[in-house]
Amino acid sequence: MIYTKDLSKAYNGTTVLNIEELNIPKGQSFGLVGNNGAGKTTYFSLLLDLIKPTTGNITNNSVVVDQSEDWKPFTSSFIDESFLIGYLTPEEYFYFIGELRGENKADVDALTSKFEDFFNGEIIGKKKYLRDLSKGNQKKAGIVAALIGNPEVIILDEPFANLDPTTQIRLKQVLKDLAEKQGVTVLVSSHDLMHVTDVCERIVVLEKGDVIKDLETNPTTLKELEAHFAGSVSASQEEE
Amino acid sequence: MIKHFLNLEWKQYFRSSYWQKNMAMNILLVFFALYFVVIFLALGFGLLPILKKVYPEQDPFVVANGFIFFWIIGDLMMRFFLQKLPVMSVKPLLTLPIKRSTVVNFVLGKSALSFFNFLPLFAIIPFSIMLIRDGYATSMVLTWMLTMIIVVLIINFLNFIIEAFSAEKELSFLPIIIVVSVLFGLDYFGVLPMRSLVGDSLISIANNPILILIPMAVLLLCYSYNYKILKGKLFLDSSLKSKVTEVKAADLSWTKRFGDIAPFMQLDLKLIWRNKRTKSMAMLLVIGLLYGLFFYPQPMYRDMEFMFAFIGVFSTGFFLINFGQFIPAWDSGYYKMLMSQNIKYEQYLRSKFILMIMSVAILFILGIPYVYFGWKILIAHFAAAIYNIGVNSHVILYGGSFNRKKIDLDKKAAFNYQGTGAVQWLIGIPLMVLPMGLFGLTNWLVGFEAAIALLIILGVVGIVLHKKLMMLITKKYLDSKYKMIDAFSQDN
Repeated sequence: MIYTKDLSKAYNGTTVLNIEELNIPKGQSFGLVGNNGAGKTTYFSLLLDLIKPTTGNITNNSVVVDQSEDWKPFTSSFIDESFLIGYLTPEEYFYFIGELRGENKADVDALTSKFEDFFNGEIIGKKKYLRDLSKGNQKKAGIVAALIGNPEVIILDEPFANLDPTTQIRLKQVLKDLAEKQGVTVLVSSHDLMHVTDVCERIVVLEKGDVIKDLETNPTTLKELEAHFAGSVSASQEEE
Repeated sequence: MIKHFLNLEWKQYFRSSYWQKNMAMNILLVFFALYFVVIFLALGFGLLPILKKVYPEQDPFVVANGFIFFWIIGDLMMRFFLQKLPVMSVKPLLTLPIKRSTVVNFVLGKSALSFFNFLPLFAIIPFSIMLIRDGYATSMVLTWMLTMIIVVLIINFLNFIIEAFSAEKELSFLPIIIVVSVLFGLDYFGVLPMRSLVGDSLISIANNPILILIPMAVLLLCYSYNYKILKGKLFLDSSLKSKVTEVKAADLSWTKRFGDIAPFMQLDLKLIWRNKRTKSMAMLLVIGLLYGLFFYPQPMYRDMEFMFAFIGVFSTGFFLINFGQFIPAWDSGYYKMLMSQNIKYEQYLRSKFILMIMSVAILFILGIPYVYFGWKILIAHFAAAIYNIGVNSHVILYGGSFNRKKIDLDKKAAFNYQGTGAVQWLIGIPLMVLPMGLFGLTNWLVGFEAAIALLIILGVVGIVLHKKLMMLITKKYLDSKYKMIDAFSQDN
């Protein structure tokens, strides 16, 4: 589904991302982990054609993303709060996204009604603007908006951050269902190793822009990841 | 501490992407500043001989002071629309060990260094020199000069009080209009002879230097009032905690007839109505519409036909210029989202375009009563409206692709009352001056009908080529996509 070839991104000569080859098949739940500056958000931004690759490219369902816009109808994403329109209410925002993705109000209502417990009664029908919601509630609205219009690829940057524990657990179930039952390719990044291993079938570890681990999730993955990140701490301590 | 602040200001200014990418704009601003400096210098040196010639039997110094009142209200008005209290991002400073009073004093002190305060000096000082050379007592003239400088500063701080008031009450420009018209009315209808009052007090201060304490006290009062207002705002919750307003959703289903661009039109209408800054812009439309009333009632202008085109373009294109020049910066807050969504750029731009031409049509229709001042005016306004629709709308959309400055609609920067300054008006000048020049030239060389025809033809050509032009504009936007995303995700 998503094929990355010889991709690199450099700012003023400093390479921040360098991926030789990465293939994400359809219906896979894919997790990206790495410390700050590892290149997670850079990769997602390249995938959404928000920044221009220095070399190479990403192909999304046989569409080269920086050459054609045809990937947009089946791809949706929530990267950060700047994806929200502050002066709309959550409903209006959902309908707006719905219209862009060719869904009418009834379709959108049908989808959002499935997330009533996820919203915990704090989002729909409150007559509040998105800008007046708390960070966590904004995030919930943004994540649900990314599910509108039956996308085949969903990209979520740090979906678990800022969410309360109940919502985190619900979100994990939602994401798992999407990949397992509906064949949606889900890409998430996270700093929370436990959540990622729970949700994702495959986890890629980035470090300073390079892919250094590519793991199929199994019961020992969490241990392995923890050992890796703990190791990089002790390794850097030794260097000092 | 001040050193640190200055350092921060310097970095903020020169490191902003706006500065780096808008050299041309900055150069233009400098030219304008120089232009005004020259004018004021000429005024300063020329005023004394002129007054002697026009009022040969009166004391020119007394006559000059008689005009100061008009200068005060004119200056107040100018400043309200052009000068804003310097913005400083205070949030990061609040938790640091810096006294709040230091921050406030710095912001207020910085405002005293505004160009608007230096400009009058270019007239006041030469005029004083001329007075001394003419034989007026040096000590008296120097006292007068000092008083004038204090008056300038009083106007400076008074303006911020008025701005704060109008921002607080969401009244837009209403307070300034009331203040100015009350002052003017008092004088005009002879209730209080403000003109001679101001003039006489200036002269008596000049003669009794001790009286200078009075304007100083007024200045102190204005300053401390500003200090009080700002200090009250210097708490996190006043800038962080936004008033949670209940949403009043209007029925926008009529936009459905525009087909695939309907969602964008609804979004734009909500954008205009639900944000403070855009709302006050919409209110300014009244001024744009009534702009002609400043000119047409005076017979002098009714014979200057080239003015018709200018006023026509200005009043029918007021929304077009004010809204259009910030496309796509209005959407800068969520530009990344729009760019990753399933949208066609062309639809997005067409929605803005239709909104703009609708505003031109509505403003033209509302302006039909100008026919009272002569049918020629109405025809000129019609031609100007067509020109706005066909030419200016495309030009401003194209210009938008050079926009690199983010507009933060959600957050109200602590001291940011209205957000825009002089630059906003400069961009409009070529849009208005060009048609005026073309119109005036043709009118002078060939005749009124030919000039009208020229504007209409230009407009129609633009309308006919609309599809082609839009393709060009869309391509330009696509080309600068990455740059815009990058600039809009920066904070300054």
